[in-house]
Amino acid sequence: MTIPAAWFLVVSALLFGIGAFGVLVRRNVLVMFMCIELMLNAANLAFVTYSRVLHDVGGQATVFFVLVVAAAEVTVGLGIVVAIFRRRRSAIVDDVAEMRG
Amino acid sequence: MTMGLLLATTRSIPDVLVFILSALIILGGAVGVVASRNPVHSALCLIATFLGIALAFVEQEAHFLAAVQIIVYAGAIVILFLFVIMFLGVDRSESLRVEPLSSQRPIAVGAVAVVTGALIALMAVGGWYSGAQSVAGPTDPNHDVNVLGKAVFTTYLLAFEATALLLIIAVVGAVLLARREPEPDARPEAAGSRDDDADEVLQ
Repeated sequence: MTIPAAWFLVVSALLFGIGAFGVLVRRNVLVMFMCIELMLNAANLAFVTYSRVLHDVGGQATVFFVLVVAAAEVTVGLGIVVAIFRRRRSAIVDDVAEMRG
Repeated sequence: MTMGLLLATTRSIPDVLVFILSALIILGGAVGVVASRNPVHSALCLIATFLGIALAFVEQEAHFLAAVQIIVYAGAIVILFLFVIMFLGVDRSESLRVEPLSSQRPIAVGAVAVVTGALIALMAVGGWYSGAQSVAGPTDPNHDVNVLGKAVFTTYLLAFEATALLLIIAVVGAVLLARREPEPDARPEAAGSRDDDADEVLQ
């Protein structure tokens, strides 16, 4: 394997940046969830890269756990979206503003 | 100096090509997720990103994780997203021109650029990676599943049990959240008022 770790780490950082930008600017809650998935995947890519260059299987095991956390997060998150949609008929975060001070 | 070190390393052309391809798929898909006006298109671009990540995993000899990535992410999580999009019927296009908060986007661009730049600069200053080698055991590309399984069930057993608990909590929570209210004919007045609310919102 000859590709340097730096290349993958830069791709991972860029992916994280794009995901963070999406969470900041998009207003559809489903797309915001997808952007959170992008950021989790950026972390996964960084973990696997470190696992390769440091010869440590811990990085790959951590990716495994990130995967489980992502699945649980999506399940509960989409459950909340469905519950909100049932009451509000909207998936836009700006419409859920009752608790604004 | 770091760049010189990087460029001095000899590497094979196919490796570089696969890396460039995976990087293009990953970043192109990510931009598509953020820039698509239709949530369904976002979900499809998300699949592209996951496939690109799986390609990067294969390139880094994490073959089992690449398979899991495709099965769990592209196969389960994106399908769940698409299912909810279709179920709610929110697959309409959303105008991206409207900017409800003035100057939200320039500030977001600035903040994200600063954070990403700082991240890359920090890694570059630190020589990209440092630390102890093989704390939890070395990786083995030829016996991927063996090594990973052994690590998960010995070194990371507590974390593994915690994820089992987390999954149970998530399932119970999702069922509770998605449960419908009691039958309409059991509480006619409550159901009637709720329908009125829904009609008002629709109008």
